[in-house]
Amino acid sequence: MANKVFHVMYDDDQKLLDAATALVKQGIQVKDVFSPFPVHGLDPIIGVKRTRLAITSFMYATTGTLLAILGTWYFMIHDWPMNIGGKPNFTWIENAPAFVPVIFEFSVFCGAHGMAITYLLRNGTLPGMPASNPDPRTTDDKFVMEIVTEDNHAFSVSDLEEKIRATEVFELSIKDC
Amino acid sequence: MIKEAAIRKPLILGHKTYHDITNDVVGPIEGKAPRQWKIAISIAAVIALYGIGSIMYLVGTGIGAWGLNKTVGWSWDITNFVWWVGIGHAGTLISAVLLLFRQRWRMAINRSAEAMTIFAVIMAALFPVFHMGRVWQAYWTLPLPNQFGSLWPNFNSALMWDVFAISTYFSVSLVFWYIGLIPDFATIRDRMVKPRAKKIYGILAFGWSGRAKHWNRFEEVSLVLAGIATPLVFSVHSIVSMDFATSIIPGWHATIFPPYFVSGAVFSGFAMVLTLLLIMRKTMRLEAYINMAHIEYMNIVIIVTGSIVGVAYLTELFISWYSGVEYESYAFINRFSGPYSWAYWMMMTCNVISPQLFWFKKIRTSLTATFLLSIVVNIGMWFERFVIIVTSIHRDYTPGAWGEFHPSVTDIGMFVGTIGIFFTLFLLFARYFPVLALNELKTILKVSGESYKNSDKH
Repeated sequence: MANKVFHVMYDDDQKLLDAATALVKQGIQVKDVFSPFPVHGLDPIIGVKRTRLAITSFMYATTGTLLAILGTWYFMIHDWPMNIGGKPNFTWIENAPAFVPVIFEFSVFCGAHGMAITYLLRNGTLPGMPASNPDPRTTDDKFVMEIVTEDNHAFSVSDLEEKIRATEVFELSIKDC
Repeated sequence: MIKEAAIRKPLILGHKTYHDITNDVVGPIEGKAPRQWKIAISIAAVIALYGIGSIMYLVGTGIGAWGLNKTVGWSWDITNFVWWVGIGHAGTLISAVLLLFRQRWRMAINRSAEAMTIFAVIMAALFPVFHMGRVWQAYWTLPLPNQFGSLWPNFNSALMWDVFAISTYFSVSLVFWYIGLIPDFATIRDRMVKPRAKKIYGILAFGWSGRAKHWNRFEEVSLVLAGIATPLVFSVHSIVSMDFATSIIPGWHATIFPPYFVSGAVFSGFAMVLTLLLIMRKTMRLEAYINMAHIEYMNIVIIVTGSIVGVAYLTELFISWYSGVEYESYAFINRFSGPYSWAYWMMMTCNVISPQLFWFKKIRTSLTATFLLSIVVNIGMWFERFVIIVTSIHRDYTPGAWGEFHPSVTDIGMFVGTIGIFFTLFLLFARYFPVLALNELKTILKVSGESYKNSDKH
């Protein structure tokens, strides 16, 4: 039997949420949802875990802090110490207050850009990438739930279709995948 | 579904659906450019070209083409720099700080405020960069290995901190803005019929498809970026103020500077956002999204920050006397009674007195009054920077060196020119970009939309 993919379209986020709750309760696995905006409360229902991007941001920012500390020490203390206005230049720690702004800015720089780049790479959203939403209306006002038979071996195709049709479907398309 | 308190004013007026929001924002992009837009951009482009011409003349001649002299070594150039950076503070404040405080009204204004921020910071950066004189060596401000030893930039200097602050602020704001734009570009891509436009918006949308996991990441990234952009907003103008405060010039050498500059920046930034949005909402028919509630909230921010600025002015004045330092007090006596007293009183009127009119609800909710006062505040904030910079240095410790500043044609050309470049960029943005964060607005439609709030059905 060929695998089939169901694209179930809803015209309201509440209908989508109700349908997802009902289907998941019956043991049907929802592969993905395409929506024009983040539907709050959907993620735990369809089993999307919270992203760990915030942790990566912390790691990038810490790297930035360390690099800035290393840089200011190397440029100002080690490689070419200069007596500028009599400000201390013998040890990094004596001079550290003057370096705080640059260390802070560089940490933010690394934290923000590192996370943004990771976000784009993990999403696969990069310049020139093709769009993969099944219907152009999903970026306007329609919500599409993607269910594949591959994930739901316990149900036959007609069984699945019957259960899906029981929700407030706006449009349903069934394709081979 | 979360219900918002009934006492809160609706943020989206009328009976809008999700599709209406898309239509209202994307419609103007699809249609032909209106006549007014063509006229406006032509005027802005001519002024911009005049500015670019002035910059070319300046680079060719050297910064002697400005009216600077031995005594007044910083004047319009740095005034304009601080003025533009200040204007550039509203965008990230609106999108980051108000996001952390969960202020839903920010959604209608954050996109254009962020665009304004980015363009304003570009304008600001022009001034210190061209002030270097040999602009082709601007990269010397970066710690790059070089043939001189290596000789490194001085990280003890506030000017060096500024290089890092402004470039970080600019690039982080740009990324924050663009990440929010990606889903909206995807909406435009999916609606466009003309193949060329579809292709261009397709590239700009980075292949966004609106998957559940992507939205999950999107929200987290927005929140974390807001979290780290918030201290950034405050740090940038604090560091700009340290360009002055770390020097030992009476009138500049004040510990009050960082908070004073930051609130001044927010003050002028909100004024510029109001000036631009009041025109935009009218010409693009966005009254349902940017309504009186938004304007009133912004005016309240203006009263608060304007009052902080007023208190700072008076504190400065008091401390200069209370310090008992002769030079310090003279700097301030000279400010309000010397040859530049007209600028000082202009600043006092525009920044301290006029925003207090917003205490009256009638003025706060009047479009004409808001528009006029927003321009008054912008003028006042320009004078604030001019007063701080020029009056502090034009009479130094040696009376024989006292002098005054007279702007040259190049000074005026470059300042007016940056306004032209700014408006050209903003008009291009208003024409080709989604001016409202339309997909974010859809998330608040059922919570703060007028028709939903007033019916019990939902």
